[in-house]
Amino acid sequence: MELTVNGHKTFCYTGGKSFDPAKPTVVFVHGVLNDHSVWILQTRYFAHHGWNVLAVDLPGHCRSEGDPPATVEEGADFVLALLDAAGVRQAALVGHSFGSLIALEAAARAPQRVTQLVLVGTAFPMKVSPALLDSSLNAPMKAIDMVNVFSHSMLAPPPSALGPGTWLYGGSRALMRRVLTSNPRVNVFHRGFSACDSYAGGEQAMDKVSCPVLFILGRRDAMTLPKAAEPLQRTARQGRTVLVEGGHQMMTEAPDETLAALKGFLKP
Amino acid sequence: MPGYTDPGFDTLALHAGAAPDPATGARAVPIHLTTSFVFESSDHAAALFNLERAGHVYSRISNPTNAVLEQRVAALENGIGAIATASGQAALHLSIATLMGAGSHIVASTALYGGSQNLLHYTLRRFGIDTTFVKPGDIDGWRAAIRPNTRLLFGETVGNPGLDVLDIPTVSAIAHEAGLPLLVDSTLTSPYLMRPLDLGADIIYHSATKFLSGHGTVIGGIVVDGGSFDWDRSGKFAELTTPYEGFHDMVFSNESTVGAFLLRARREGLRDFGASMSPHTAWLILQGIETLPLRMERHMSNTAKVVEFLAAHPFVARVGHPLLASHPSHALAQKLLPKGAGSVFSFDLRGDREQGKKFIETLKLFSHLANVGDCRSLVIHPASTTHFRMSDEALAAGGITQGTIRLSIGLEDPNDLIDDLKRALKAAEKAGA
Repeated sequence: MELTVNGHKTFCYTGGKSFDPAKPTVVFVHGVLNDHSVWILQTRYFAHHGWNVLAVDLPGHCRSEGDPPATVEEGADFVLALLDAAGVRQAALVGHSFGSLIALEAAARAPQRVTQLVLVGTAFPMKVSPALLDSSLNAPMKAIDMVNVFSHSMLAPPPSALGPGTWLYGGSRALMRRVLTSNPRVNVFHRGFSACDSYAGGEQAMDKVSCPVLFILGRRDAMTLPKAAEPLQRTARQGRTVLVEGGHQMMTEAPDETLAALKGFLKP
Repeated sequence: MPGYTDPGFDTLALHAGAAPDPATGARAVPIHLTTSFVFESSDHAAALFNLERAGHVYSRISNPTNAVLEQRVAALENGIGAIATASGQAALHLSIATLMGAGSHIVASTALYGGSQNLLHYTLRRFGIDTTFVKPGDIDGWRAAIRPNTRLLFGETVGNPGLDVLDIPTVSAIAHEAGLPLLVDSTLTSPYLMRPLDLGADIIYHSATKFLSGHGTVIGGIVVDGGSFDWDRSGKFAELTTPYEGFHDMVFSNESTVGAFLLRARREGLRDFGASMSPHTAWLILQGIETLPLRMERHMSNTAKVVEFLAAHPFVARVGHPLLASHPSHALAQKLLPKGAGSVFSFDLRGDREQGKKFIETLKLFSHLANVGDCRSLVIHPASTTHFRMSDEALAAGGITQGTIRLSIGLEDPNDLIDDLKRALKAAEKAGA
């Protein structure tokens, strides 16, 4: 569905179901150079099991207009504005990587509006090496290949986003290239990585979060190592953690485990 | 575990898609000869049918052994995924039927496998899909042939049997300017020699019967999507960008930003047309792919020696391989196919039809049959076999004459192949005396 957020057309995948104000809502926020489609094997299930799903394309990414968030805080404000645009008073927030920081910051800014918080493949601080930051700006296609390798952990993934026969290395690379080229004005790769790198408010934000928090971490994640979530795990008052057998793109590398963790946590 | 760079081709040929079987520890890929797969629960069953979860339901739609093959070929081609089919022709039909219906139009190369030419020229016309054929090197012709109802440009990496190299970067640019995808038949080169998706093609397919299998044992095909074509931006593919009543009103391009084609091809094409691959066939093709890099290297070195021999032989009028500077695609092949332009090529004898017949019948190592890409060397007379339905005019457009002989160079000792050819050429020459 399309919403107008901050005056800009914003695309939200709803999992094949129409938005129903009577149902609880869960918002899925993707990471750098991703879009709503990375959540297909989680969102479609929830949409058919009693939830409204809003899997958003962040501003300036693929189908959404607007200026891409330059900071985690800008992303958080966007998510809260998205809830307003959808007429949703309260929602569960699920974020991956950059999106996990955005979801965290949104939950800190409006604790009364967030019922549950799920941080997938998260880390704090989420520092990006200067070399990779530079490559994301000056040699983005090369940097995409590097990030793609770091983001995957297996040569034989289970049936995934396109069903059996999906080759995740190729699928992720194609998506990153598509997202990058979808915005001819702003390099969303560099902007997103810069936002991750510069975010300093993770622990303070977690301290303000009042809802239950689930960490879904990939045992083989080479982008955000599981131990890199410890500062947030220590700070979370109602936190629990599920480790899944996957790398950074665990939603596609371990789709069933990721879904099971979400199902076990998200209750209307 | 991958390192800092993508896994290499030889590694992917062995490992992509396959891990030790978690149930048994089997290291080789198990053959899952089963029609169906037990559901964990009613909820699981519904979730699989509704694409809420990924998994196997029925082997016409997907199968674990086939899925290994699909991941492996997608990996070797730098694609996002693949669909195994009953044959290369099924792969071509699945590609076309997913993208268009009656009233649509295709622009295709004249240098096509005879079976593909039949499908486009005769059979699809019966279903309301028209095709304009252009010579692969006629760049202006490709552009001029595009109509408002065109939905696809289509060619072969190297045309069979003349080995006209398709200028994929240029033709794909023409396609993309018009908001259209380029489909490429990559059978004769295999991903070892060329990855068309890296050069601008959007979808490729193989007759896996040939080099991927490599042993002349099974019939199979496979379609690979590069995930690069933006169906929404094109605006010409309602099949992929608007709700499909036949499958939960799904908008395939919403479900997957890069994989809409594969989603519909599997969920509609395999479901309804049903040209799926047997898991046993998939397993045999996987066995072939494990040695693809080694075999292709030998195919190429043997071909170079045979081409050199034939080109110097006084009873040979022409050798049609881009290795030779005389071939019209020589320069393009150097650029796009640096590892070689394939081991299937044609040559013309300085003799009549009877001498050609004598040549083929004298050969001992070369098998006279209708296939290419076997580990054994093969020979055939295209005008009377693979391309027999084509008119002289269409044959000429494809670079074939009545005297053309096609070879598929195998993995034998190259000296033995040259001795066999030498003997047959001598016999053919004598037959004309």
